[in-house]
Amino acid sequence: MNRYMVQRLGYVLLGLITLSVVFPILLVVGTVVAQGAAAISWEFLTTMPHGGMKAGGILPAIVGTLLLTLGTAFAAIPVGVGGAIYLAEYARDTWLTRLIRLAIINLAGIPSVVYGLFGLGLFVLFLQFGTSILAGSLTLAIMTLPVIISAAEEALRSVPTEFRTVIISLGGTRWQSIRHVVLPQALPGIITGVILGLLRAAGETAPILFTVAAFYLPSLPQSPFDQTMALPYHLYVISTQVPGMPPHIQNGTALVLLALVLSMSVLATIIRSYFRRRRQW
Amino acid sequence: MSPEPKIRIESVSYAYDGKSALGNVTLDVPTNAITVFFGPAGSGKTTLLRLINRLNDLVEGTRMSGRILLDGQDIYAPGTDVTGLRRRVGMVFALPLPLPASIRENVLYGPRLAGLQERTRLEEILTRSLVQAALWDEVKDRLDEPASALSGGQQQRLCIARSLALEPEVLLLDEPTSGLDPISTGKVEESLFELKRNYTIIIVPHSIQQAARVADYAAFLLMGELIEDRAGTQIFTAPRERRTEDYVTGRFG
Repeated sequence: MNRYMVQRLGYVLLGLITLSVVFPILLVVGTVVAQGAAAISWEFLTTMPHGGMKAGGILPAIVGTLLLTLGTAFAAIPVGVGGAIYLAEYARDTWLTRLIRLAIINLAGIPSVVYGLFGLGLFVLFLQFGTSILAGSLTLAIMTLPVIISAAEEALRSVPTEFRTVIISLGGTRWQSIRHVVLPQALPGIITGVILGLLRAAGETAPILFTVAAFYLPSLPQSPFDQTMALPYHLYVISTQVPGMPPHIQNGTALVLLALVLSMSVLATIIRSYFRRRRQW
Repeated sequence: MSPEPKIRIESVSYAYDGKSALGNVTLDVPTNAITVFFGPAGSGKTTLLRLINRLNDLVEGTRMSGRILLDGQDIYAPGTDVTGLRRRVGMVFALPLPLPASIRENVLYGPRLAGLQERTRLEEILTRSLVQAALWDEVKDRLDEPASALSGGQQQRLCIARSLALEPEVLLLDEPTSGLDPISTGKVEESLFELKRNYTIIIVPHSIQQAARVADYAAFLLMGELIEDRAGTQIFTAPRERRTEDYVTGRFG
């Protein structure tokens, strides 16, 4: 076998491997669309469930997931981006910052159900927020922090050091170099990281299981201290806890969740490519 | 040479992570002239340059001893206004690094940071700086275009204009023409000849030829040591030290 054939074989092999990655995704999306599309209607998206959730819509679950994602964003973005700025721009390399980094990496590996239990202990019981949107959002925010911090720190570090040096050589301070140059340049990377983190939060079931999610609520939440239904948990409920559930409602719910998450992912891609074209180095 | 040096470097030693970068360098930099620091890579010339406006403060794990006097004042004395120092001692880097903004905003960035807001004064500074950097004629009709649209040579002159906008007393240039073609290099050098009437200039040149072209005063560094420093261009034609001769005649380095 000559080297050209080896190369060709290599291409084919790598192509097959790539396909094997894409195929399951297409299969999942295809199945959900094929079996769930029938359930999607204006009524399905905008009304309360009724008849033991076997009829009606999933409005409270959609609203709940949107609220939880928003709450997560409010809590996680300032802390995450602030932490990343500290780590990338200010922190000196000491045993303490190394410990912080190690902690962040390990936090990303903790199973989500553990975050759920932690949220139950800290927010629901100890801080007495009760099972509420507040407790759920904060739990999801903690779970999201490692993703946001890592992505934002990476984005900040990819801005060439020289930009900071230039500002400082012009009589600026370190904060002015961050505010005027580094942060704007790193923004697309930060936004992408934030959206990817929130996207994971929007789809999680375990962390909200003990902290906010309601099995069934006849009304929409009125305050941050209310419980709410949420799409991932609702999907779990109607798939395993309610006998005789019509499959098109299950798949329809899955489709809505999938559409929500994928559209956020697409948004992240658009933002990233838009800013990348404007980048100057 | 004027009797009072603008900058006096007194027994300066400097180390990164315990590795010596400069050993006991003593040198006077004359006022309103071009001084050249030259030597092979790793000779400490850029390090010495960056010590003069305290840019090395940003680097972790360094140790410095000795004094650097600007107009007789030790710039490393406790309580020194470092921001003020950096406004008096401007710096131009090897890579032209315009900020992601318009030509106008690039030039006026420093004065604005310093709190200057008066419109007419800013316009004056804009024009003067660009004229001094020999860029005015090429950009006067497109001051609000992004700086990234300029060519490499223009960007480097913009960076010089940006430093000049702060009306510094000293201008440090670290291989300012290393990325430029010969024509752009010529323009930058010409603007330096204009500038030395009013500014004290220190340049790390990107070649010995450039060193010889621009130097009023030259200092040869080798492995962190100052080997020889002399007025004019004798150092290139009739060096005293054997090691200087080896370097300028191209026997090593």
